[in-house]
Amino acid sequence: MKCKGELREFRVVGRKLPSEAVPNPPLYRCRLFAPNHVAAKSRFWYFVSYYKKVKKNAGEILLCKQVPESTPGRVKNFGVWLRYDSRSGTHNMYREYRDTKVARAVTSCYRDMGARHRARPGSIQIMKVQEVAAKDCKRKHVQQLHDSKIKFPLPRKTMSKSRQNAPRFSTNKPRLFY
Amino acid sequence: MTFTKFIEIGAVVYVNSGIYKGKLAAIVNIVDQTRLLVDGPCSSVPREVVSMKQVQLTKFKIPISVGARTVIVKKAWEKVGVTAQWTEGAWAKSLANKHRRANLSDFERFKLMKLKQKRRVIISREVKRLVKEQKSA
Repeated sequence: MKCKGELREFRVVGRKLPSEAVPNPPLYRCRLFAPNHVAAKSRFWYFVSYYKKVKKNAGEILLCKQVPESTPGRVKNFGVWLRYDSRSGTHNMYREYRDTKVARAVTSCYRDMGARHRARPGSIQIMKVQEVAAKDCKRKHVQQLHDSKIKFPLPRKTMSKSRQNAPRFSTNKPRLFY
Repeated sequence: MTFTKFIEIGAVVYVNSGIYKGKLAAIVNIVDQTRLLVDGPCSSVPREVVSMKQVQLTKFKIPISVGARTVIVKKAWEKVGVTAQWTEGAWAKSLANKHRRANLSDFERFKLMKLKQKRRVIISREVKRLVKEQKSA
């Protein structure tokens, strides 16, 4: 999978094709994060065929629906349980992200894994994503924002590239402090 | 150098880049080191996550708790009267001036030029008179 742009949450339901022996095969549901529904369906078969005896040519997808964020106006702490292949083995990880949308938290997880562990999206499997209550968060970088009286200044602002070059040479020092 | 303006819940910020450029919003929650959840119901800014780089702190603050709903934010905003206080302040006035200057019609620019000329003449006459006085003194 390519982690293109911002990922979206999909709910994919599929099953093995019904046959005379098994007219109602069991349904399998996947909660996926993918850039689009095409990638979601592909990823569905990747996971289902890994865990169950079903392949894409012998199965059918019954539902592939994008799940919009239910509470986009609330900041949440997300715990992400994942499994990834490093250069020398495969490992489990638990990571925490703070965001308003699940999909955005998972996107930043992929970017974070790429940055910190050089893990490509194809070698990452998101096993579970769950909203975690503030008191149950384990990571310091998330816990530090759990303060109802939080207060900090903006010490220094950087100039954008366009502003640095307009004008490029000047007799006045730039105003970086507000 | 002490800091007088802080990123805190209820701080009113001026958004200076992005889609909501030029609008005020209140900080409702802090997402992480670089992002804020802001809401500006009285200034048509929807409840959204913005980057701290897009934002400038104003001296105004509204009394809301963490994650307050849009309705509550609107009530607190109107009670404090942020919009009125902002429009009367020097920052908003200088922004309005800049906007006016940038959108002058050709005739208005001509009038401005003529007024500037007159002012220049008055000033230079007075300067010449003072220089002459000093020389003779």
